[in-house]
Amino acid sequence: MSGIRVLVGTRKGAFVLTADGKRKQWDVSGPHFAGWEIYHMKGSPADPDRLYASQTSGWFGQVIQRSCDGGKTWETPGGGVTIEPGQMPKGESNKFVYDATPATGKPLTTHQWYDGTQHPWEFKRVWHLEPSLTDPDTVYAGVEDAALFRTSDGGTTWQEVAGLRGHGTGPKWQPGAGGMCLHTILLDPSDPKRLFIAISAAGAFRTDDAGKTWRPINRGLHSQYIPDPNAEVGHCVHRIALHRSRPKVLFMQKHWDVMRSEDAGESWHEVSGNLPTDFGFVIDVHAHEPDTIYVVPIKSDSEHYPPEGKLRVYRSRTGGDEWEALTKGLPQRDCYVNVLRDAMAVDSLDSCGVYFGTTGGQVYMSADAGDSWSPIVRDLPAVLSVEVQTLR
Amino acid sequence: MIRVILPVHLRTLAHVGAEVALDVPGQATPRAVLDALETHYPMLRGTIRDHVTQQRRPFLRFFACERDLSHEPVDAPLPDAVASGAEPLLILGAIAGG
Repeated sequence: MSGIRVLVGTRKGAFVLTADGKRKQWDVSGPHFAGWEIYHMKGSPADPDRLYASQTSGWFGQVIQRSCDGGKTWETPGGGVTIEPGQMPKGESNKFVYDATPATGKPLTTHQWYDGTQHPWEFKRVWHLEPSLTDPDTVYAGVEDAALFRTSDGGTTWQEVAGLRGHGTGPKWQPGAGGMCLHTILLDPSDPKRLFIAISAAGAFRTDDAGKTWRPINRGLHSQYIPDPNAEVGHCVHRIALHRSRPKVLFMQKHWDVMRSEDAGESWHEVSGNLPTDFGFVIDVHAHEPDTIYVVPIKSDSEHYPPEGKLRVYRSRTGGDEWEALTKGLPQRDCYVNVLRDAMAVDSLDSCGVYFGTTGGQVYMSADAGDSWSPIVRDLPAVLSVEVQTLR
Repeated sequence: MIRVILPVHLRTLAHVGAEVALDVPGQATPRAVLDALETHYPMLRGTIRDHVTQQRRPFLRFFACERDLSHEPVDAPLPDAVASGAEPLLILGAIAGG
């Protein structure tokens, strides 16, 4: 019997929504970590019961949580109570320190600040956790200030993948309105040494040697809000997505513009087409149709809500350019929520399910690839992230 | 034993009640108490003071015996009443945000 588990991170805790393969009756578990911001939760593709969560707070900093039973119970990896007096802690699960050591790291350089001056890197939080496709103990973490970290011991210790921050363009990176965050990590299922990441506001980057070396992949992006609209870096990329059957084709929701690349990011072209606005945060790909993609248009960078108060998902079945509005079951008046960049996901049942969460606390789902929608829950805290596991 | 009262969110994180009792070797100072606290409850590392700089996190304060000790040197002795266990050391989160 198949089932679905939806992992929802919110401003005030984590929620786990579960249903059988019919996706009709939902059980809601939570809040887990009540009162804390949960930026992201994600399960391991290699072990669906292994979950990781980024728990963060302006008061208490960053904590990583891990579950080995599908979210029923949680632990801080390596953070169990030590019994013997004087015994040193077993692990440092919430320690993210930029690697500035001569042997493995890069000097802790500076990035561009809001006023154009240079500013040192300062760790703030983990935005995104991306478990390995093959090893439940290996996870990548995208953090603010932008850098990539990796654990290979189930979250007990984290090491910076320092080649990204230090590859040379760092002084040109700058924070977007939400901070200078590394928010997207895509693992190429056909090449374990290839990763794509995206940073606001720097752009997209790729490694082909498992993280040793990196380079920007932003050719074709055009951003009028930066001094050089065609610059190599400095673009506010909001999200990128790929289909596992065709990992060289990338889709991007940029600050403005929906973009597509045919060549693993070597070049991009715009596919905004007939969208009512091409500003937005999320973008995702149908589980079985590599050219069916979804976005949620948002009015503008200064008005973060749907145009005309109508919450509409737009679907393209042509890989972009030609879009149709999906409205059945979604509020079509007086709706002024936002859908943040990590808050859309798909399941892989035969009839692809699509899910997204809003800053108004609703989590909507469609069991028919977007044709019709219904809320799973309506009144959660503001949703920061949505991930979906298809359990078989 | 030195008594420490934690903010609610850290009690949840450490799976403890409102107050924890710690055996602190040597002189009772803020640093020694935090060292002992983090040794017994490693999940609290980084939540009260920064991992690297060991500075108190900006939105947390230390109080004891009706005094704000937040800006005292971390190696200064805590009040006798705290060292003897008669009074607790309070770690408080600032009342801010929504």
